[in-house]
Amino acid sequence: MQHFPCPFCGPRDETEFHFAVEAGHARPEPAAAVSDAAWSSYLYENASPKGSAREVWLHLTCGEYFIMTRDTVSREVTGSEALPGHAP
Amino acid sequence: MMQRYSALSLLKHGLSGHKGWKTAWAKARPKPAYDAVIVGGGGHGLATAYYLAKNHGLTRVAVLERGWIGGGNTGRNTTVCRSNYFYPESVALYDLALRLYEGLSRELNYNIMLSQRGMLIAAHTPAQMEICNRIANAMQLNGVDGKLMGAEEAAAHLPLANTGPDARYKLMGGIWQGRAGTARHDAVAWGYARAASALGVDIIENCEVTDIDVQGGAVAGIETSLGPIQTERLGIAAAGATPGLMAHVDVALPIHDYALQAFVSEPVKPCLDTVLLYLGTGTYVSQSDKGELVFGGGLDRVPTHGQRGNLPVQEAVTAGLLEMFPAFGQLKLLRQWAGVVDVVPDSSPLIGPAGPDGIFINCGWGTGGFKAIPAGGWLLAHLLAKGEHHDISRPFDLRRFAEGRLIDEAAGSGIAH
Repeated sequence: MQHFPCPFCGPRDETEFHFAVEAGHARPEPAAAVSDAAWSSYLYENASPKGSAREVWLHLTCGEYFIMTRDTVSREVTGSEALPGHAP
Repeated sequence: MMQRYSALSLLKHGLSGHKGWKTAWAKARPKPAYDAVIVGGGGHGLATAYYLAKNHGLTRVAVLERGWIGGGNTGRNTTVCRSNYFYPESVALYDLALRLYEGLSRELNYNIMLSQRGMLIAAHTPAQMEICNRIANAMQLNGVDGKLMGAEEAAAHLPLANTGPDARYKLMGGIWQGRAGTARHDAVAWGYARAASALGVDIIENCEVTDIDVQGGAVAGIETSLGPIQTERLGIAAAGATPGLMAHVDVALPIHDYALQAFVSEPVKPCLDTVLLYLGTGTYVSQSDKGELVFGGGLDRVPTHGQRGNLPVQEAVTAGLLEMFPAFGQLKLLRQWAGVVDVVPDSSPLIGPAGPDGIFINCGWGTGGFKAIPAGGWLLAHLLAKGEHHDISRPFDLRRFAEGRLIDEAAGSGIAH
């Protein structure tokens, strides 16, 4: 069992966490001016990087979303931070 | 010239000490240019090369494989073949594959050991049985064999299944497909490689693509670890490596890569002669010809490119198996491994043009690529040869995401992922 660090709760079992989305997906605005292609890109497209990744995760037990930086090959976690403006 | 395999040739070579067998396919070095290059020497890539040569007469073709032939997901799956899907588009696709599998040993002159032993998707509640009935009806409307199986018949097929009063998931029956079954996964890769090589295709192992050369909006060639290769038609059948390859041409795909695990027990005498998936546990299992129980379950829910599984899923899948068959608790686990699978939001593949002209992808099969190998190859070969979709691949084009026409098999077929 791997431990993931929650910025609010500290290291916890990986089963308490849920991957949400790759970090940096900005919702295109204003809605009326967004093309189908741009909306589809925002909703569905990922980099799926091999190596270093910055991702938004949900800690299911405390309910907080946060950003985790980790290696997608070795699975080593190198950073864990609250979302901007949500410091613990 | 391909050496034909037969009972007579086995006898002949047996009597001469098995000294006369030739290499099944030629080890090629890259030429400077090809009419078409396929990236990925798994089942889909090799089948693509075979059908390019066989169906379309294109033989100046290379298959490039970063590792060894069939060493990726083709050699890591649980070998199940089936077409028990819900939507017409999916049934057309997966049943094309199953029909091609049914004639493949003869066509390739290579025994892929297809065993159509039937598959049961088992339900445990009246509500699940209603959904199973709906799917079985859909399968029949779409022209494939599927039927609703009751509890008694299911129990008769599965004498060791947990039907006791303490069963957490009651075996109520479910969807039965008699033409479903298993095949020898390595043989599928090797059979296609041998047949493609015999038709003149170059199969090049240990050759990694490092860049894609684009000129005037169209693909002109690729850079590889064995030097540059010119081609105006590039087929990519690289499963979890596809997002990294398409990043060279700035195309992002609706793919997340996850590890999918599989497990094999020590071999025992025949005790399970169908493929079984429990909706309740998400674990599926069959028994190999050697007697091993081959089983798997859901994805590791951590995006990864590492071909290793995590412990929580290992525990959940194994616990699921023991819930289904308590007697299997006596067995030892022989091996456990994982492959990197490319999962798409609607659990349907991505087949079609992508990015610069001349590039076509066949990926996004997620947890179920093995069963689709002959169809994936057939359709990617059609795209590469004609430059346009086959009717069966058209619904699986990347455009379905912008057009909102998802083929949502995650819900439709009751698969566990």
